[in-house]
Amino acid sequence: MSVLVFADSSEGKFKKSALEVVSYGKKVAEQLSTNVVVATINVDDASELYTYGAEKVVNVSNEDLKIFNAKEYASVLQQIAGAENANTVILDSSIDVLYFAPILAVSLEAGYARNVVELPSSITPFTVKRKAFSNKGFSNTVISSDKKIIGVAKNSYGIHENPVDGTTESFNASVAISKVKSTNIEKASGKVTIADADIVVSGGRGLKGPENWGMIEELAGVLGAATACSKPVSDLGWRPHTEHVGQTGKPVAANLYIAIGISGAIQHLAGINASKVKVVINTDPEAPFFKAADYGIVGDAFEVVPKLIEKLKEFKAQNS
Amino acid sequence: MKILVCISHVPDTTSKINFTDNDSKFDTNGVQFVINPYDEFCLTRAMWFKEKQGASVTVVNVGNATTEPTLRKALAIGADDAIRVNTEAVDGLSVAKQLAEVVKSGGYDLVLAGKESIDYNGEMVPGMLAALVEYSFVNGCTGIEVDGESVTLKREIDGGNETLTSSLPMVVAGQKGMVEEKDLRIPNMRGIMMARKKPLNVIEPIDVENATAVESYEKPAPKGAVKLVDADNVDELINLLHNEAKVI
Repeated sequence: MSVLVFADSSEGKFKKSALEVVSYGKKVAEQLSTNVVVATINVDDASELYTYGAEKVVNVSNEDLKIFNAKEYASVLQQIAGAENANTVILDSSIDVLYFAPILAVSLEAGYARNVVELPSSITPFTVKRKAFSNKGFSNTVISSDKKIIGVAKNSYGIHENPVDGTTESFNASVAISKVKSTNIEKASGKVTIADADIVVSGGRGLKGPENWGMIEELAGVLGAATACSKPVSDLGWRPHTEHVGQTGKPVAANLYIAIGISGAIQHLAGINASKVKVVINTDPEAPFFKAADYGIVGDAFEVVPKLIEKLKEFKAQNS
Repeated sequence: MKILVCISHVPDTTSKINFTDNDSKFDTNGVQFVINPYDEFCLTRAMWFKEKQGASVTVVNVGNATTEPTLRKALAIGADDAIRVNTEAVDGLSVAKQLAEVVKSGGYDLVLAGKESIDYNGEMVPGMLAALVEYSFVNGCTGIEVDGESVTLKREIDGGNETLTSSLPMVVAGQKGMVEEKDLRIPNMRGIMMARKKPLNVIEPIDVENATAVESYEKPAPKGAVKLVDADNVDELINLLHNEAKVI
């Protein structure tokens, strides 16, 4: 009756969310008085996971799994869950995991709750707290099926060290046949993605035009942050759609979200509310964002942001 | 091509979220319900397939009679007919099982559904439905073209986009990009008049057990007031972010 965690990786490297779910899974295993098993796909060295409590890692090496396919990944995890006698599966909230999790839930006949923000509050009945209503509420949800899948919300539980002497075994999985084929992948290289960023710097219509994004990119560069934008900005074509954050755009759950020239429409706030600390810089003190933010500067972005970049460079020079 | 669009009946984005009955129920008092925005992208794309490729479009909802105005709105936008499965939606798996019955008996080629609903944010019904009826599945779709049996799709991945090919029958979970927001349609008077005459078939649910249930709801803790920093004193902001918030 072990707890199975899937540690998602990209080109053999673990994502931060993978370390978070391993930390989480180790604690759930303790709650259930059982062991934790971590599944990885095409990872050469999984020893990093031992630091976060992974007693046993099973890795599947298979060329056919190099490119993500939801049906194939769901089938691999189903096989590992069966072999390890796992009744509880812990997943993160990456785009690929959200794709295969419902398929896995059907094949395991498991109840699935995603967006979970804390450890289970009770084991009998098995109760988890999850975000709902686009971050405007929480639901305490009971999973009543024998098998359970918990999707942990990004950056909610955190990464916790819990060093153990772990072992890694290889696992031979058969690969399911999928009629969905990947024909092309376009990826911006060398840029911090919004999904993986600790800090996100976001610009709105208050920046007046795409030619003024230099300072947003520079600020993001100094902070090692990803750049994002509000919906009107992507609708106007000033920035690519992939940068649009908000309710119908990408969700943001960063440690720090800096909104520059964004008024804070409810649809925007719904998408970024899960961020821990929010900073707003806006000329209009009545902008709704000031009600949602932790820190704010009422001022002209064209004056404040260059000063902020300069001071942050000094700060980084002193603190590095 | 027979298209089925799954429609979730959700509170409008600007609604105040409150709970009643000892925080065990969502308070619908004074709440305006709409077509789930992610489903609206799917419905609009389905209209395009109807107009350009002669597809038929059925819309479906799992819910009680209070969801019918939302289905009528989908008919006014241009769907041909509607189905309501007459049961409360309890959890993702039970809704997917009800929808699977509709898909099997209707023999749909393409099932479109928003990738998540903006109320429960489960992000699971389309994938579960696909697994139950053994259709191919793409999640988070930002573009779809159908040529005969073959389907070309786009989806977002971390830091980029992926192009995929597959074949009908399929379940596709859509989001913005499938159509642009400016292409979304507001029903006109003629559409609304015609929608009254279009069939809305109420069917009885099959027996299913739910795997999850909401025990109670909570609202987020009230947020403290914003700390304002003078525009001439950005050093103070850096200090607060470093020493107080500890995020830089």
